Amino acid sequence: MTQPRKAVALISGGLDSMLAAKVILDQGIHVEGINFYTGFCVEGHTHAIRKKDKQKPKRNNALWTAEQLGIKLHIIDIVEEYKDILINPKHGYGANLNPCLDCKIFMVNKAQQWARENGFDFIITGEVIGQRPKSQRKETMPVIAEESGANDRLLRPLCAKNLPETLPEREGWVDRSKLYGLSGRSRKPQIAMANEFGLEDFAQPAGGCCFLTDPNYATKLADMWQHQGNKNYELDDIMLLKVGRHVRPNDHFKLIIGREEGENNFMQGYRKQFTHMRVKDYAGPLVLLDGEPDTDDLALAARIIGRFSQGKMADELNVGITRPGEEEFIVTAKPMGPSDIPQEWYV
Amino acid sequence: MAVHEVNARRLLCPMPVIRTQDAIAGYIPGDEVHVFGTDPGIKQDIPAWCRVNGHSIIGMIDHEDDIEIIIKVGNAS
Repeated sequence: MTQPRKAVALISGGLDSMLAAKVILDQGIHVEGINFYTGFCVEGHTHAIRKKDKQKPKRNNALWTAEQLGIKLHIIDIVEEYKDILINPKHGYGANLNPCLDCKIFMVNKAQQWARENGFDFIITGEVIGQRPKSQRKETMPVIAEESGANDRLLRPLCAKNLPETLPEREGWVDRSKLYGLSGRSRKPQIAMANEFGLEDFAQPAGGCCFLTDPNYATKLADMWQHQGNKNYELDDIMLLKVGRHVRPNDHFKLIIGREEGENNFMQGYRKQFTHMRVKDYAGPLVLLDGEPDTDDLALAARIIGRFSQGKMADELNVGITRPGEEEFIVTAKPMGPSDIPQEWYV
Repeated sequence: MAVHEVNARRLLCPMPVIRTQDAIAGYIPGDEVHVFGTDPGIKQDIPAWCRVNGHSIIGMIDHEDDIEIIIKVGNAS
C-alpha cells in the first residue's frame, strides 16, 4: 500500500487559500492548515476593541475556513520574527508599508520548516499569477519557491498549469490535469469555483487581512518610526496604532484620543505605561500621551482634549493628568476652537 | 486526569487561541484546561479551534472580570 501523502496549506482566511486546499483535499491528500499571526491582522482586533463592531457576528476566518474544509488548523505566533521582515524587506514595500513578497517568502519558509518537522510532503498556497501587484506575479513565483527553500515542494493548485511541474505533480501524488490555470486580477473564476464546490459565506478581504496594506495605518506607523528615530516596535505599539485619533502637535509627543467607549476601555490597559489625561468635569475621551511631553506640551494637550470633550464650548475646564507611577494632578485649560487644531496635526 | 490553567487575559484574538494551542500540545487526552480571557472573541474562536482540532468544550462561564472556557483535551493533539 502506498504511503498517504500530506500537504500543509497556508490558510489566510480568504477564498483563494480555501480553494487551493479544497482542490488538493479532493485529490485524496491529507491536508492540514497553517495560519501565521504577525500582529498586523485586522479583523479580530477591531472587533475586540471597538464597541460599535461588537454587535456584528465575529469569527476568525482562518478557523472558519478550516472548519468548512474539515481540516486541522495550526496558528503560529510569528510576531517577533516578523519584525525583521517588516523593518528590512529585501524586496521592498508595496503601495504602503506592506512587504508582501518578503512576507510570502518568510511564511512559505516557516511552513516548509513546519512540514519537515511534522512529516508533511509539500506546501500549498492560494497564489494566483497576476492576482496581487507586488507578490503574485509570474516573475515572483519562482523567487518565492527558491528563497523560501521550498523549491519544487511548493504547489499552487489554482495556477499550477501556468507554472513548471512541481515534485508532487512529477511523482504523481497529485494529478496535474485536475489543477487549475488561473491568472489575472479577476475574482470571477474563484467565485465560480466556490459555487462549484458549494462553498458559501467565504471572506473576501480586498487587501488581505493585513493592516500594513491600509494607507491610514501605514501613515501612523511611518510617523511612529520617524519620531522615535528607528523602526523598532513592540506588539503594544502596533496595537495602539489601530486605536483612537492620533494628533501630533510637535515632534516630541502625540496624543492618542479614544473615539468611543470600546476604545477608551481598551486604552485603560495602557495607563501604567503612558501619561494619560481625562477631562474631569465633562464627559470625554481617555487620552494617552506617547513621547516625552514637557509642561508646555501638557498644557497644550489639555486644550486639545478639551476640544474632544462634552465641555468643548466651556470657557475653561479641568483636566486630570497622570504620569506613570505618579499621582494625578489637575490643570485648567481653555478648550481649543474647532479651527484651532491644524489639519496637519492629525496623523 | 490533570487540570491546567491558561491565562490569556488582556490578549486579543488570536493570541488566546495560540496560548491555548501551545499549552494543549504538552497535555494528554482527557486533561482538563481552564482558559481565562477578556476578549469576548474567545467565545467563538476557542470553540472553533477545538472543533477543528478534536477537543471538546465542556463549559463556558462569564465571570464579572473575565471569561472562563473549560476544554477536555481530545485524542487529536
